[in-house]
Amino acid sequence: MTRQIKSKPLLAVQDLHTHFHTFAGTVKAVNGVSFEVGAGEVMGLVGESGGGKSVVGFSILGLIDSPGKIEGGQILLDGQDLVSAGENRLRQVRGREISMVFQDPMTSLNPLHTVGRQMDEVLCLHSDLDAAARKQACIDMLESVGISRAEERLKAYPHQFSGGMRQRVVIAIAMLARPRLIIADEPTTALDVTIQSQILKLMRQQIADKGASMILITHDLAVVSEMADHITVLYCGNVVERGKTRELIETPTHPYTRGLIDSIPDTAERHDRLKQIPGSVPDIRNLPKGCNFKDRCPRAQALCAEREPTLTAQHGSLWAACHFPLKPGELA
Amino acid sequence: MTLTPDPMLEVRDLEMHFPIGGGLLDRLKLDSGGLRLENPIVRAVNGVSFSIGRGEIMALVGESGCGKSTVAKTIARIYKPTVGEIHVDGEDIAGHGFAEMLPVRAKMQMIFQDPYASLNPRQKVRDIVAEPLLEQAKTAADRKAVPDQIEKLLARVGLNAEHAGRYPHQFSGGQRQRIGIARALSVTPGLIVADEPVSALDVSIQAQILNLMKDLRDEFGLAYLFISHDLSVVHHIADRVGVMYLGFMVENAPRDVLFSRPRHPYTRALLSAAPSIKPKRSSEEIVLSGEVPSALDLPEGCCFRTRCPFAWDRCARERPALQDVGDGQTVACHLTDEPERDRP
Repeated sequence: MTRQIKSKPLLAVQDLHTHFHTFAGTVKAVNGVSFEVGAGEVMGLVGESGGGKSVVGFSILGLIDSPGKIEGGQILLDGQDLVSAGENRLRQVRGREISMVFQDPMTSLNPLHTVGRQMDEVLCLHSDLDAAARKQACIDMLESVGISRAEERLKAYPHQFSGGMRQRVVIAIAMLARPRLIIADEPTTALDVTIQSQILKLMRQQIADKGASMILITHDLAVVSEMADHITVLYCGNVVERGKTRELIETPTHPYTRGLIDSIPDTAERHDRLKQIPGSVPDIRNLPKGCNFKDRCPRAQALCAEREPTLTAQHGSLWAACHFPLKPGELA
Repeated sequence: MTLTPDPMLEVRDLEMHFPIGGGLLDRLKLDSGGLRLENPIVRAVNGVSFSIGRGEIMALVGESGCGKSTVAKTIARIYKPTVGEIHVDGEDIAGHGFAEMLPVRAKMQMIFQDPYASLNPRQKVRDIVAEPLLEQAKTAADRKAVPDQIEKLLARVGLNAEHAGRYPHQFSGGQRQRIGIARALSVTPGLIVADEPVSALDVSIQAQILNLMKDLRDEFGLAYLFISHDLSVVHHIADRVGVMYLGFMVENAPRDVLFSRPRHPYTRALLSAAPSIKPKRSSEEIVLSGEVPSALDLPEGCCFRTRCPFAWDRCARERPALQDVGDGQTVACHLTDEPERDRP
């Protein structure tokens, strides 16, 4: 990704800080995150729990409630800042320009309303179609996500669908207003592996057909490596590495990325022991000085405790925040 | 199926059915003019047989609702099986009552999926780990030795002595799973039933726990029944893999055989659906359409025929039985008899 040449990304997140002010202290869930998503591009946001990846997604849509607050940074959609935009502007953005697919299809649909009504709501808000046209649009969309007998199914309630079908409905709702960006937060984590592959295939196809972009938030590197063009790896609310998918998976330069990849048991090769990252994620209310990863890092030196590393260009398309990055082919 | 001499666990024709209650009015159905009282039954496990040798790790894989966790819980005798035999160390425990199970629990322990829900939040770690020991202690001397044992156990699973005085909420998910493992290990069992022990954990922590479980196997000669939906985890840890679908065992084979030569169409579909960080090599991908049928209303014949790309009329008529196809691999599929139909 040659950042200078790319004229104008669809979405640019710049130095985003989202903090939660709790009685136990300030939780810096997102602490200076920057990335860009180009038109028609799939960007994978990866990390372990507590990395801040979901909070990034919620921040983009302005869905941060008290005690959380966006403390700094910009979220530029087509060059227009969403952080400083008012609630009215955000309501235009949500669903129409940026829509969201949540992890749990059980809880992201309203159990008291029919699927048809929940789909219709999107079009009522974001289109000027009449009732008959809206209904037809809903039927077409349900069919395009692989739900048969769509007209009948519009009258069904969410509990009458299985988990995979419900996630198809959620995707259909997200695609209805033809948004330019879809934020999918762990869209297949609650699903079985054969259903997961169906849903991923569907999402890929929908994005390609409609020319939308996507931010795919997941903890699963395997899923992201099959879906994304670019990957951004988060750790403790910071970007530790980003770059093109294949380069990042094959020759990562940050020891955390390397560790994540090595801890995945792989069916192609078998080792007696998995490589593991020692220790666990530090308490984000109380982050250590310097690099957040230094206590778990095999390469840590004195410098890592003193100064926080910043994102610097590595080989190829990769950028990493590390004082002692790995060279291509080098193991941690 | 292969017969392991002197197995640690042998399960024969295990069936587990759950009647779903509901009020009288819910169950009353109008049937050809007359009223009929329906008795709906979830057939979670339908005749599963397998055995695990000493020190062997057997994994059961399958999608949600395939009955793998029910098999685990029935073997651990959280449920009483509807039909079938469960031999632990040679003793059939299928009909045992609570008191009879107590000595068996010294041979068989369980690790649960959710490390948040499987530890009592009001007990200190020391008391959690001590409970099976005290339950099994026969003499005062046994009881006196417990504190020492706890310290050793905690050290063995990678926790230190000061952790013993803390409560579960003070630990992370990975550490909690270590406490669960220490508790299971406390009575030096020969068999540990582990129901999705790593699926609630982050990948870096998952690797730590898998390594620990493997080390413990080598050190104590433990046998595991390892339940998981994650094929890459299973490939890493198991010696033998059983694939379940709708309460049936559809394939059972040594790990390397199963992953290199899967025979059952469902196993093949599962393997090709699993995402991987490596670019996909094989184009021989079976993509399943549709979803798992309800266990309330099992299909006639083969359980998988409603989603199987190869299914033909025989599959609807006749339920395939597990057949030995060599190399310790058994498959329940009519394709074994008619391999010429094996093309899309």
